[in-house]
Amino acid sequence: MTPTPQTATPPTSTAAAQRPSTPAVEVHDFTVAYHTKPVLWDVDFALPEGKLVAIIGPNGAGKSTMLKAILGLVPVSAGWVEIFGKPAREQRSIIGYVPQRESVDWDFPTNALDVVLMGLYGRVGWIRRPGRHEREKAMAALAHVGMADYARRQISQLSGGQQQRVFLARALAQEARLYFMDEPFAGVDATTERAIAGLLRELRERGRTVIAVHHDLQTVPQYFDWVVMLNLRLVAAGPVEKVFTADNLHATYGGRLQVLTQAAESLLKKGGPTG
Amino acid sequence: MTPELAIILTACLTATACAIVGTFLVLRKMALIGDAISHAVLPGIVIAFFFTHSLNSLPMLIGASLFGLVTVALIEALSRTRRVAEDSAIGVVFPALFALGVLLISQRAGQIHLDTDCVLYGDIAWVPFNTIVVGGVNLGPRSVWVLGAVTLANLLFVLVFWKELKISTFDPELAAALGLAPVLIQYLLMGAVSVTTVAAFESVGAILVVAMLIVPAATAYLFTDRLWLMLTLAIVFGVLAAVSGYFFARAFDFSIAGAMALAVGVWFTLAWLFAPRHGVVAQLVWRARLSVRFAGELLVAHMADRNEPSLPVRALAGHFRWREWFGRLVVRDLLRRQLVRLDKAEVLLLTETGRQLAREFGREASAANSHDR
Repeated sequence: MTPTPQTATPPTSTAAAQRPSTPAVEVHDFTVAYHTKPVLWDVDFALPEGKLVAIIGPNGAGKSTMLKAILGLVPVSAGWVEIFGKPAREQRSIIGYVPQRESVDWDFPTNALDVVLMGLYGRVGWIRRPGRHEREKAMAALAHVGMADYARRQISQLSGGQQQRVFLARALAQEARLYFMDEPFAGVDATTERAIAGLLRELRERGRTVIAVHHDLQTVPQYFDWVVMLNLRLVAAGPVEKVFTADNLHATYGGRLQVLTQAAESLLKKGGPTG
Repeated sequence: MTPELAIILTACLTATACAIVGTFLVLRKMALIGDAISHAVLPGIVIAFFFTHSLNSLPMLIGASLFGLVTVALIEALSRTRRVAEDSAIGVVFPALFALGVLLISQRAGQIHLDTDCVLYGDIAWVPFNTIVVGGVNLGPRSVWVLGAVTLANLLFVLVFWKELKISTFDPELAAALGLAPVLIQYLLMGAVSVTTVAAFESVGAILVVAMLIVPAATAYLFTDRLWLMLTLAIVFGVLAAVSGYFFARAFDFSIAGAMALAVGVWFTLAWLFAPRHGVVAQLVWRARLSVRFAGELLVAHMADRNEPSLPVRALAGHFRWREWFGRLVVRDLLRRQLVRLDKAEVLLLTETGRQLAREFGREASAANSHDR
């Protein structure tokens, strides 16, 4: 392989030939502020395609904001982000998004299948209705997460884990190249946790990229390849085995290191999840 | 068209137009925004009246509706400053605009035919006499035409943007991520609410229109888990309230608008009490059944656990401190589910099904326990 020069210029349109080296997500000098209070400050990182990436950090570290800012859902004060070398706005068709489960009202009068269908609304386009083809896709996605039997179930009658799986099915139906997930493992039962972990591995096998906000430090090495450690500023971003270290965890969580973190540390000292 | 038919038709069209947009207001938890818009269009109505000298003309409809959008924009701008919460912002904006409207009316009341009573409480009894005449041909009451057009427009709006309305109501973030412009949809909806309110004020009044916007949709919400059915039922309840309200008013010589708004409330109360699944009575029955069922499972698990395959019914009161009638209900439920048998001496005997259930019950209980760290 010929060495490519390391330059700071953003990739140009002629860079199509170097596609493999284009990062899935590149964030540059990224600052997000509510009024004058920065929530994310001067963050830089580039994430390669085909990895499972965890974004971790203490409460209020800007993890969810990071996802939303990348997707263009909250205004950015400074810096830029590119998805496969283009602005996120132009890449909507290859991006799947799984918001936090609490972000919607599950008493909404609709069923699981319909929620999954919503993932395809973007592709269907304005005004047109989803047809049989979309319906079949949505059913297949539900079956994929083991929820086919619940397709016609009113969504408020599903358990938390089942609701989360419906959300994942919705993202699957989008057939995206890059997935953003906001705390997919939050508050789910053991069955759902296993199902989600399996799904992530499967997405990786198919060359997809997943970027997920994650709160459980103990499972980071088990479920993810890469990790982005945030606490207002970027502490570290890189492969788990390189950057998921005690020092970086201290820098990320500071004095807020709790029992959970200590457990993760002990895990690391023993040499990873197998210890 | 008889006067009576004209009034009923106007009221039904008002109810339909309101229910269509009201369904989405209820689902978006924006009932108060509907209230605010219905009040804040008043200055728009008055100002437009100064220019056009007529109610229910097209420029009037559009001009006044703009005030509805201004209201929404003001509320959002105010709450975005984070100095006031959204409910306070609503409370600040709409009384101010409404007061402006009242002020304008009272100042010019002598010169023009527009009085506060008409605007606030509606004047549906006069609707039959305000007719459209084109080339000497009487086309019938103006309000029927206007509200018919608004109903049709609302229907078209939700049919065309059904999917966009649904996703931006359920999950605005996803809608934005997919490029389906939830903010634009929001303002289109608010525009539709404004137009509907302005068109409806003459029949039910600026204050009571909120009853037609919110209550039928809230009633329908108690009955169904499907969006299109909720919308349909909202229309049905609105029309039902309009018609029953009209006859109620005529029978007792009440204000028609008042009676209709009251009827909406009565229908809601009935639904709230007696709706098949979400109603209060249904919930109480369901909860009572569940507690009897659970008590029975406890009893079976207890018998299996303590190795007491037989237990006299008389002993229940002593063991569990259950009231006698409750114990009887529990035993009856257990017998029906064949978890126990009853021998001649009124002694409960665990069946094989009962034993099996007890084992599952124990497993679930310990699983729940280990999750609860």
